[in-house]
Amino acid sequence: MTIQFKDETFRDDYTFKNSEWAVKRFPFPFHEDSYMYSVNMEQHKGGPEGSIYEKRFDVDEHYISEMRDRSEVLKDDPLRCQSLPHMTLAGWDLLELIMISKSEDYPDLFELHRNGNNWRWINKPMQIDHSFTFLDDATLPYGPMEYITRQTQGDFVILDQRESNLWMDAGMVTTQADWSLDFDIGMNFFEWHAPVPKAHEMGIFTRALKFLLNIQQGAPARRLNWTMTVNPLLDTSPENYHKWGVQKGTLNPKNIGEKQYLRVELQTFFRLPRSNALVFPIRCYLASFDDLMTVPKWGRRLHRVIRDLPEELATYKGFIDNRPMMLDYLSQYDDGKPTSDGIWPDLQTEPARD
Amino acid sequence: MSTFVFPESIKSRPTYGKLQNKFGKAYLFIADAEGAEAIIELASKDPALMQKAHVVYIPKDTGDQFLKDLNNLNINQLYIGPSYSAAQSRIIQAFEQASMGLQVCLSGTEGLIGQALRDAMAAGIPHTSIQTEHRGSVSRRMQCVHCKGITEDVISDPFVCSHCGLNLFVRDHYSRRLAAFQGVCIDAEDPGNIPDSVELYK
Repeated sequence: MTIQFKDETFRDDYTFKNSEWAVKRFPFPFHEDSYMYSVNMEQHKGGPEGSIYEKRFDVDEHYISEMRDRSEVLKDDPLRCQSLPHMTLAGWDLLELIMISKSEDYPDLFELHRNGNNWRWINKPMQIDHSFTFLDDATLPYGPMEYITRQTQGDFVILDQRESNLWMDAGMVTTQADWSLDFDIGMNFFEWHAPVPKAHEMGIFTRALKFLLNIQQGAPARRLNWTMTVNPLLDTSPENYHKWGVQKGTLNPKNIGEKQYLRVELQTFFRLPRSNALVFPIRCYLASFDDLMTVPKWGRRLHRVIRDLPEELATYKGFIDNRPMMLDYLSQYDDGKPTSDGIWPDLQTEPARD
Repeated sequence: MSTFVFPESIKSRPTYGKLQNKFGKAYLFIADAEGAEAIIELASKDPALMQKAHVVYIPKDTGDQFLKDLNNLNINQLYIGPSYSAAQSRIIQAFEQASMGLQVCLSGTEGLIGQALRDAMAAGIPHTSIQTEHRGSVSRRMQCVHCKGITEDVISDPFVCSHCGLNLFVRDHYSRRLAAFQGVCIDAEDPGNIPDSVELYK
């Protein structure tokens, strides 16, 4: 289908809205009626047609507006995009991966013409037609990572691999779930995950690291992660927490359905060919509770997951104070019926069998 | 006694050991305040070591408490300075001119150890090869995540950012690159609701 790009905001007046198409393809992150950490990795080799898993770098109706929001964030705080000096080659690797993937996966939107190192990149939605020399920094208006991630939805972190560990040595981070690239840059895998409760003791990070260190070229992996955000705010950064934190207090039983968003990250992992670095795109999808309740299975399940979530996780994810109000709302959509396995809406099998 | 046992914490939080007289061709000691005691103790075990030592010492609020003892150690090169930033250019020069076999030993407050470690890393010395020993105050060097300003010697939680004035709580999350712990606005969700400040670890 042709994507109808929206003109919308993720701040101030919050005009962001999902179309029905976007709701039905929303990456609902719970495959069962409860949630606990796990190393929930799978291969990232496509998925059902039209789903967010189908393409290597999903483009959706929010593309143009998300890129505008990113450029606003960068104007306010250029430190959201940083690359340590040894990471430039990995930036070129990433630029190549994205340009090739997007031009192959969306030939009507993106074109890449290559003649040796003379490249021409056409990004039709953003009206960019740019010729440059591959691997020559001087021919781009920004560093290669910044250049391509100003044109690609989702945050990007590039991880250098050495000493059997991964080091967060570059990134473009403007749609993050409350962590600071500026603070965490240069840290290893265990250090930047240090504030996450429980998961260390469960051995999650040791196992995840082992998996990630072995990711091979051409065999990317993916997982979903999630949290909660009041209002469709992409930039939930610690840098601006003193500005957006207060919005959590604006929820009330009347507006919760439209103001409370489930925030889902599609995290993917690709090995980069020249640098042997790992790129870690973190793509954020937002859906309001009202959006989600249009899928009966998701309504039942979200209620059960939020109700039974350990207190520590609800605190870490920042919604412990609002949980009772969420449950009042969500319980209206839980008729007690069983839910089918997996994350998909399964609308055709509604109502669920008793 | 100027030692303190830090409770177990998250994995980004630095941990410290005890200075050992490991064999080296030369020694660079950087210390502040009660960190002098760690040097004096090591010297009492191995006095000859001090003839190969360059000591950079910042007394801070200990004044001249340890100066006499340090002066009696026959240290090859002893510098006593008023602050880390005053001493920083000579510290960086010492790291950059370091040759193989130099033992780097840091002792004193977390702020001193962290900053010296950062400067050593920037000069290409792996942080894992450096000995550290915490002594004295448990105050911290804090970065305000909002304005990025550094507040030195923070001893209570929450505290007021010395740059932007926000009330910040003290996290254990630590950046070696910034040599600072992270401070985050404590009343972001409920402006004005600021708990009483308490001394760290009290």
